[in-house]
Amino acid sequence: MRIIFKTSYLQDIKLLKHNGYIFWYGVLLLAILLAPAVLDEFYIGEMAFIFIYAIAGLGLMIPVGFTGLPSLGHAAFMAIGAYANAYFLNKGVPLLFSIFLAGLISFGVGALITIPLRRMTGIYFAIASLAFAIVVEEIIAHWKSVTEGLGGMSVDYPVLFGFELDSTWHFYFLCLAILLAVLYCTINLVRSPSGRAFIAIRDSEISAESMGINLSIYKIKSFAISGCFTGLAGALFAHRLSYLTPDAFNFLLSIQLLMMVVVGGLGTVHGAIFGAIFVGLLPQIIAIAKDYLPPAIGQFPGLEPGLFGIIMVLFIIFEPMGLYGRWVKFKLFFEMFPLYRKATFKRQKTYLKTERVQ
Amino acid sequence: MTFFRAENISIDFGGIRAVNDVSFDVEKGSVFTIVGPNGAGKTTIFNIISRIYNLTQGRITFEDKDITHLPAHRIVSLGIARTFQNIELFEHATVLHNLLIGRHIYCRSTFFSDLFFLPSVKRMELAHRKRVEDIIDFLDLQHYRNQLIQNLPYGVRKIVELGRALCTEPKLLLLDEPASGLNVDETENMSFWIDDIKKLLGISVIMVEHNMNLVSRVSDHVLAINYGRALAEGTPRNVQENPDVIKAYLGENKDG
Amino acid sequence: MEFLQVLITGLGQGCLYGLIALGFVLIYKATEIVNFAQGDLLMLGAFFAVTYIGILDLPYWLGFLLTIISMAVFGYMLDMVVIRSMIGKSPFSIIILTISIGFILRAVAGGIWGSDILSLETPYSGEMADIAGMVIGQDYLVVIAGTIVLSVILFLFFKFSSLGIAMQAASQNQLAAYYMGIPVKSVFSLIWAISALVAAVAGTLMAPISLVSPQMGFIGIKAFAAAVIGGFGSLPGALIGGLIIGSSEQLAGTYLPTGFQEITAYLIMFLVLTLRPRGLFAQIQQKKV
Repeated sequence: MRIIFKTSYLQDIKLLKHNGYIFWYGVLLLAILLAPAVLDEFYIGEMAFIFIYAIAGLGLMIPVGFTGLPSLGHAAFMAIGAYANAYFLNKGVPLLFSIFLAGLISFGVGALITIPLRRMTGIYFAIASLAFAIVVEEIIAHWKSVTEGLGGMSVDYPVLFGFELDSTWHFYFLCLAILLAVLYCTINLVRSPSGRAFIAIRDSEISAESMGINLSIYKIKSFAISGCFTGLAGALFAHRLSYLTPDAFNFLLSIQLLMMVVVGGLGTVHGAIFGAIFVGLLPQIIAIAKDYLPPAIGQFPGLEPGLFGIIMVLFIIFEPMGLYGRWVKFKLFFEMFPLYRKATFKRQKTYLKTERVQ
Repeated sequence: MTFFRAENISIDFGGIRAVNDVSFDVEKGSVFTIVGPNGAGKTTIFNIISRIYNLTQGRITFEDKDITHLPAHRIVSLGIARTFQNIELFEHATVLHNLLIGRHIYCRSTFFSDLFFLPSVKRMELAHRKRVEDIIDFLDLQHYRNQLIQNLPYGVRKIVELGRALCTEPKLLLLDEPASGLNVDETENMSFWIDDIKKLLGISVIMVEHNMNLVSRVSDHVLAINYGRALAEGTPRNVQENPDVIKAYLGENKDG
Repeated sequence: MEFLQVLITGLGQGCLYGLIALGFVLIYKATEIVNFAQGDLLMLGAFFAVTYIGILDLPYWLGFLLTIISMAVFGYMLDMVVIRSMIGKSPFSIIILTISIGFILRAVAGGIWGSDILSLETPYSGEMADIAGMVIGQDYLVVIAGTIVLSVILFLFFKFSSLGIAMQAASQNQLAAYYMGIPVKSVFSLIWAISALVAAVAGTLMAPISLVSPQMGFIGIKAFAAAVIGGFGSLPGALIGGLIIGSSEQLAGTYLPTGFQEITAYLIMFLVLTLRPRGLFAQIQQKKV
């Protein structure tokens, strides 16, 4: 078991806490960079998709996992990012700038939508966010001049600095680059005063206020940056879809995003990544499983959402800390072998005590 | 300059007047305690001062500034911090984290500099950490630095709550039942700390407390209230011997 | 005249929203759980009704009775098996849990009954009633009547039965309720049973009007808006919220350009929440510190 000898406060703030981290993350990064040379094009495409999901997941994790603002309609931000990107590309704006604008617009919308919602908590906020997504979907369907409505909008191949990114590995690196940038920003947020303010709001709003945190401003900041990141994911998603219709960004997508952060591990940065890998691989797993299931079950529509449902229920009940939580327990088991005790993570039985004052 | 003054404060909840025309002054550098039976309205007064509730009538001034209508999150930057009766710590964060949140009003970084963790942010973080460590030393919390609040026993949580309030570097500290739930040793520690806070740190204190021992030991001035009204005010001894106060706590002697 | 006709249709629709919102708020008031699958319970109720009355060809009233009994049992079992383990956990987990249950119910319904759209034959459907010169579908009248009857029954039940008090105790402080000898778990399951029953009634009343398919539960989302408008924790508020949305929707559909009807419910919700952040008849105040 590694015991870290701390000699300066800086060690607590640093990104990579000790040499073990540097080594393993370095290896991981190397593997990811070399992947296109080794793997098949299909897998590279799938990995790029996972990167896009991870960016959206990080975006959603900030309000849901860190600030305690449950958003059930985040697909709306992906839609905004995707359509904005496509719109600007069609107008001839260079790719990177177009993506940047998409992120900026999503940032703005995220900030604006929080203004009426800022005094809401918990369930009210959730339902309001759901309503927001529905309204956005309707606006997209009817704002034909910009989005070509229900008919759909085609997206050009991304063109970066003159050469077309039509090969999968070009797109792969674009997604990877944006993911690394978003990841860096998210980790920075978490270890900074803003991140602490978010967590304070999540755990106790009254307390946060008495510590001087302006709830409204921080909720707006949280949702704005969340919208921005998810919008960037949406912009990249547009290229993957290559043809945009409003129903690509429906409630099911919002739930998939939620599933990512919940199954991955709520309230952790790793959770978003683990969740993205899980949700990215899920269709493949389901496709393989379908071959083994009797046709009566395997073939009916609505199987996929049903399976999502079952997976989420199982995780919520049996592994609330998510995949990352399971990973942490796993690591702890090896670190503390043979002294590991299952009860380390067990909490007391929870009882219902209302927060309402009648 | 009057340090702290509450003038004729009253608050209504529906049909009930929970606090009725209460007035008091607090002198700088003193410990002012509010006592009274349960439900008398003591915590309500605190909630009024820290602006969680809006009062119905009256005025509150701090250092000659009228704070009656100030938004709740501005109170602490004026120099008033508080602890909560039922402990409102941030459950899923570490002790260190909770204390650092106490430094929030001194965190001058913008959102964008946070996003990129610029060197200025790093410098400020290290400076705040240093200040928090001073409080940790003051309260002997070194042991618990990296523990999550949800894993800590009640007594330690109370101390962390006190520490968090101290991290805001207040001029006036509102302590809501600092000794409730603590055993004899812990209560004694608490009394030493309150004394140190007053004498070493120069912080004035308004306290709500039931433990009369503690009250007599540390208070300079006591106000007794019951049913939202002021009953008696004076030194701890005077208030404890006041017949109205005794009646409120123990009930009337049936034989007269 | 047209205005009144649209209004009555809107009230009928609003009753459906109100009933779903009612079931929703019932569960919330008792257990602080937000049941995002309420609409899907309605869907299940409708399917049961179609099965008993349509496929098995039982008389209407018998089928109706069987439907609500089946759903009550289902609601009870759902709580016993799945929801019970989640009491006291974070509200967010519970939201995710019930949303997921909704997905599962839809998938299962699709599996059992197929994704074809079914319809329900009733003794009263298809006919129009002539009231004061207005022509209104009998279906809508039955909905309104049914809602009134059910609301009265529920009101009496909760006001004069010990269950209502036990329910409130259990929701305010579960541990203390246990100490008082209240069988908390059974009380909660009973609430779920009642709520499922209400959803079943709504589903059966709705089946003749709209067609029965696994997707019909999505009406639940608008019902949430109704519950929010009414203010969580308020049963009459839920009904009133539903009526407001129902009538506004129909009016918007008739008098405003297309696309507005869909979002009317949410626009009203945003409006109400901006002016009164806790809804119109809110019963939830701040956490007491």
